[in-house]
Amino acid sequence: MNTELTIGFLPLVDACLPILAHEHGFAEEAGVSLRLVKDMSWATVLDRLLYGHSDAAHMIAPLAIAATLGRGRPAQPLSAPFVLGLNGNAITLRPELARQVRGEGGIGSPVEVGAALKTIAADRLKAGKPLTFGVVHRYSSHNYMLRYWLAACGIRPDHDVDISTVPPPFCADALKQGEVDGICVGEPWNSVAVSRGVGEIVLSTAQIWRRGVEKVLAMRQNVLEEKREVVERLIRALCRAGEHFVDPENWDSNADILARPEYLDGSADLIRKAISDQLLIAREGPLVHYPDFMFQHREAANFPWVSQAEWLYTQMVRWDGTPFDVEECRKAAGVFRPDVYRSALLGTGAPLPGASSKVEGSLESSTVVGTQQGSIMLEKNTFFDGVVFDPNDIEGYLSGLP
Amino acid sequence: MPRALLRCTKLAMRIAIIDESAARASIIQEGLATFDDCELFVVTERRGLLARIGEIAPDIVLMDLGNPSRDVLEEYFAVSRALQRPIAMFVDESDDESIAASVEAGVSSYVVDGLAPGRIRPILDLAVRRFNAFSRLQQDLADAKGKLAERETIDKAKRILMDSKGVPEPKAYAELRKAAMNQGKRIADIAEAIVTAHKLMGNG
Repeated sequence: MNTELTIGFLPLVDACLPILAHEHGFAEEAGVSLRLVKDMSWATVLDRLLYGHSDAAHMIAPLAIAATLGRGRPAQPLSAPFVLGLNGNAITLRPELARQVRGEGGIGSPVEVGAALKTIAADRLKAGKPLTFGVVHRYSSHNYMLRYWLAACGIRPDHDVDISTVPPPFCADALKQGEVDGICVGEPWNSVAVSRGVGEIVLSTAQIWRRGVEKVLAMRQNVLEEKREVVERLIRALCRAGEHFVDPENWDSNADILARPEYLDGSADLIRKAISDQLLIAREGPLVHYPDFMFQHREAANFPWVSQAEWLYTQMVRWDGTPFDVEECRKAAGVFRPDVYRSALLGTGAPLPGASSKVEGSLESSTVVGTQQGSIMLEKNTFFDGVVFDPNDIEGYLSGLP
Repeated sequence: MPRALLRCTKLAMRIAIIDESAARASIIQEGLATFDDCELFVVTERRGLLARIGEIAPDIVLMDLGNPSRDVLEEYFAVSRALQRPIAMFVDESDDESIAASVEAGVSSYVVDGLAPGRIRPILDLAVRRFNAFSRLQQDLADAKGKLAERETIDKAKRILMDSKGVPEPKAYAELRKAAMNQGKRIADIAEAIVTAHKLMGNG
C-alpha cells in the first residue's frame, strides 16, 4: 500500500495541523508519510487537488462546497473528512476608520461597530465612494462572516459597500494604498497590517459566530475512497497534532516551526500571538486576549458537522443570488464526512459526538452532549445577532435573513 | 505583414501574459511572437491588474500558477460584466491530459468562450513548453550555484586537512575521496561535515 499523501496548503497559521503532524512525527507514527506543497492562491491549491497533483488540501470550507456544486468550475465532488479549524480571522480597518467605529480600549462589539459603520457607509455611498472590503476569496468563510455581520447590522453587501478579493499577502498593502477600507483575513495577515501601522483590528470573526467553521481537509471523493485506509491514518495524526497545538507548553516551538521559510515564511512572534489568542489591535496599542480566537481542537472542533456544511450552503445561495435547491443542498451537506472521521477515531481516546448534525448557534451556555465515545462539553456557541440555524428548517432560516 | 492588414483578413487574438517574473514573461512573449495572428500584452505589475485587463480585453489570459492574484482574476471573470464574453478556464475541460501538463508546467490559462480550439491549442502548448523551459533554466542556474558552493566547501575542507595534518593538497583531496567512498557519501557532504566540525571546535 502506498502510504504517502501530498497535501496542498496556503501559508496561513491555520495550516498548522498538517504541518505539525509532519514535523512532530505524528504522521509517521500513524503510518502515513506527508509531502506538503505550498501555494499562493486558493485557485492553485484547488487546481492541484482537482488534477491529481495533491491528494488532499488545506482549504476554505465554502470552496470545497463550491467545487462540488460546480460554481466557477466544472463540478467535481470533494469530501471533507476533517475540520482543520474554526475562526481565527479578524476584521481590520484603516486606522482612522477603525478609531471612528471601535471606541477606545479594546476590541469592539459587533453591534456597536456595525451601527457606527452603517452611518459611515451611508455617507460614503452618498459621496459616490462606497466603503470597500477585501476578502481572501468569494467562496471563503471570511466573505460569509463579513457579509453576515454587515447584513445583520443593516449594511447591504454589494449595494451599500463593495466586497472584492484581495490575496492575504497583499492585504496590508491594499489598506495602505487605500484600495480597500477594510479586510477580513486570517492570521498572520491582520497582525502584519497592524504592525505596519496601516490597519487596526476592530473585530474577530469569533465574535460574529462563536464557533464558525473555517478550514477543512478537502479531498476528491474518489481519492478518499481509493486511499481510505491511509486517510484514516492521517486523521488520527491530525488529531494528535491538534492536541499538541493547543497545549501552551508547545506554543513557542510550534510558532518557530510554522514561521520557517518552507511554511509561513513569517514572523514567529506574530504567529505565537495568534496561536495564543493574543491580538495586537493597534500599533502601540494594547495586546488583547480574545479567548478562542483560533479554535483548532477542543470540543471535538475537528468533527465535520453536516449542519456546518448546510449553513455554508445557505450563505452561498444568499450571496450568489441563486435559488435554494434541495438537491444542491443535499450535495453540499454530503461534502462533510463525519462517517469517515468516526471510523478513523473509533477505539482511540478521541471523543465522538452522538449526532452528526446540530442546531448551530443555539448554545447560550456550556452544555454536555451525548456521545458515541468519550465525553464532550460544548461551550457557548451563538451568532452575535442571536439567530439560530436549524438544519431541519433551512428554507425557513433563509427566508428570515435580512 | 502590417498588423492592420492582418486584422482585416483574420482578427488578431489578444493575449495577456500576467507574470510577476518579468524574465519568464519575456520568454513566453518571445515564443508567442512567432504566431503572426496574436497581439501580446505583458502585465507584471500587481497594482491596477483588473483595470489593465479591462483595457486589454484579452481573448486569452496566461498566468503563472504561483501568482497570488489568481483568485482576484478568477473572481473578476466570474462576476465582472466588463468583459463581454464569459471566460472559461483551460481550452477543453474534458482534456485532462493537457490540463495536467499545464498544471505541471505551472501555467494557467483563461480563454474566451467561442474561440476555435484549433487556434488556441498551439498557443497553449507553446506556453506550456516555454514555462517548462524556464523552469529548466532556473534549475540549471540553481544547480550551477549549488556546484559553486560545493566547490568552495571542498576547498575549505582541503585547507583544514592541509593545516591540521600537514599534508599537501593532493593528499588532502585523496583523504576526502576515500572517506566519501568508505561512508557511501558524496565528497561535498564529507567536506561539509569537516567544515562544520571545524567551526564547532571554535576554529570558524
